[in-house]
Amino acid sequence: MYKFSNKITPYIFIIPAMAVLLVFFFIPFFQTIFLSTMDYSNDIYMPVYVGAKNYIELIKSPLFLKTILNTFWFMILCVPVLVIVPLILAILINQQIKGKTIYKLIIYIPVIVSIVVVAIAFKWLFAPTGLLNYIIGRMGWHSVGWLTDPNVAMISIALVTIFRGIGYYMMIYLAALIAVPKELYDASEVDGANFIQKHLTVTVPQIMPAIALVSTISAISALKVFVEIYVMTKGGPMDSTKTIVYYIYERAFENLDLGIASAAAVILLVIVLVFSSFNILVFEREKYKL
Amino acid sequence: MIGRFFKGLSIHVTLIIVCVISLAPFLWLCSTALKGMGENIFQYPPVLIPQEPTLWSFKRVMELVPIMHYILNSFIVAFFTVILNLILSALAAYPLARMEFKGKRITFFAILATIMVPFQAIMLPIYIIVLKLNLVDSVSVPMGFLGLILPFAVNAFGIFLLRQAFLAIPRELEESAVVDGCNVFQIWWKILLPMIKPSLAVLAIFTFIGSWGEFLWPSIVLTNESLYTLPVGINNLAGTFSANYRLVAAGSIISIVPILIFFLAMQKYFISGQNEGAVKG
Repeated sequence: MYKFSNKITPYIFIIPAMAVLLVFFFIPFFQTIFLSTMDYSNDIYMPVYVGAKNYIELIKSPLFLKTILNTFWFMILCVPVLVIVPLILAILINQQIKGKTIYKLIIYIPVIVSIVVVAIAFKWLFAPTGLLNYIIGRMGWHSVGWLTDPNVAMISIALVTIFRGIGYYMMIYLAALIAVPKELYDASEVDGANFIQKHLTVTVPQIMPAIALVSTISAISALKVFVEIYVMTKGGPMDSTKTIVYYIYERAFENLDLGIASAAAVILLVIVLVFSSFNILVFEREKYKL
Repeated sequence: MIGRFFKGLSIHVTLIIVCVISLAPFLWLCSTALKGMGENIFQYPPVLIPQEPTLWSFKRVMELVPIMHYILNSFIVAFFTVILNLILSALAAYPLARMEFKGKRITFFAILATIMVPFQAIMLPIYIIVLKLNLVDSVSVPMGFLGLILPFAVNAFGIFLLRQAFLAIPRELEESAVVDGCNVFQIWWKILLPMIKPSLAVLAIFTFIGSWGEFLWPSIVLTNESLYTLPVGINNLAGTFSANYRLVAAGSIISIVPILIFFLAMQKYFISGQNEGAVKG
């Protein structure tokens, strides 16, 4: 302990932040668990304790199971692309080329633009007579019901998420690439490796922590997807783009079914916890000195 | 030699294609907004370059919808969210980096735990608390703003980012300041904060962008249109004037301009290595 600080000093520093976290994080956190055991369906002002009933109802609900499957399907669509494409772009930008800065700036622009605007723009591009159908029509293919075909709609949503994520994850990779020692590439070139071999054998193992980080962040963001769906499809067509967060939103703020919504939130919480604790335990042990 | 040339060329071609894709939706919005009334925006085949370019849609949308007001609201919310994040994170990070106190470990883990819980999972009780605390626009405008700002006033990434920054400062500096008769708050304010400016800047920029783009929370709590932030206002515009693509496109383009200027002004923090470990969030 420092001689200049007495016993209460640390708490004076900590308390403002902890007060905010208490009111807007810890209390709501435990309240979510509490609410998930209550039934609000008869009277919103007179909830009844029902134990695990909401959970049982959710597990039995085909719609909720569908939202979970939809969410995982969305994750499978986004994560591999968001792990690989930004890595390739980061490696390309990291070469000795002119105009690095301008490439980085432009590729980062979709990240800073509000997702609402991006989703509005894509809603038009995806329209039945929109630009995308025109382009694929010119290539001789049939029009696609980007947002109207239940088999395609989720892929279209994933395209928007990917569009908006590439610049973000590319920056994480670029920061990691700085730390890769140049000598490793020289050694690899002496061994006669070509461009692709060189990066597969040197870059990828060297920046494994960044790859793990991007996998985890993109997976968790995928589990939380909402705005793209809210603006473009509202969960349709035929619930094919209804995800867990959209379901929670609908049950809580449209049906005022707080119990069911909270139970769904707790299930989301558990799924996210599994993904993020895996990340923290495996990859960030060092950073937080656990 | 020729191999190198083609390698360079293919890299540029790939990156240029990615850049075109990155800008395409916004260029399309721009083109739609600039097209004159005589042009059919649903023309088949689509035309990118407006034949009779006009700023009419921009003028009209600003008459119909208070976009400048939305921008001001977004700015107020983002500005105070940034200020609170800087102050609260810098305060909390200091003892976590430098002092020993009872409950430090549990505080540390409690903050860490917040990273793992998505906002969407706990937003319903947050909404109920905000209602109970009267932090809503139906009470008064300042209370409405507080309801938009306070739930995001501090987050774990900010605290950990600044803690790392404090850890990197040599301890001798504080010790000599103690000898000079500074108390702990003076040390924090006058000596340490100026030293972690780069980290504060990174935190400020990412918090600003996050707050500026936030949609879900304001769309839940706001009832009064005079408090609409840009994303909520633009979404509302897209709903109200869904038939008039020119107006929605013009509104969207206007909404991009402030954050684009901010981004270009702050670009060195985004594209240099300085944001290592901070891009997360």
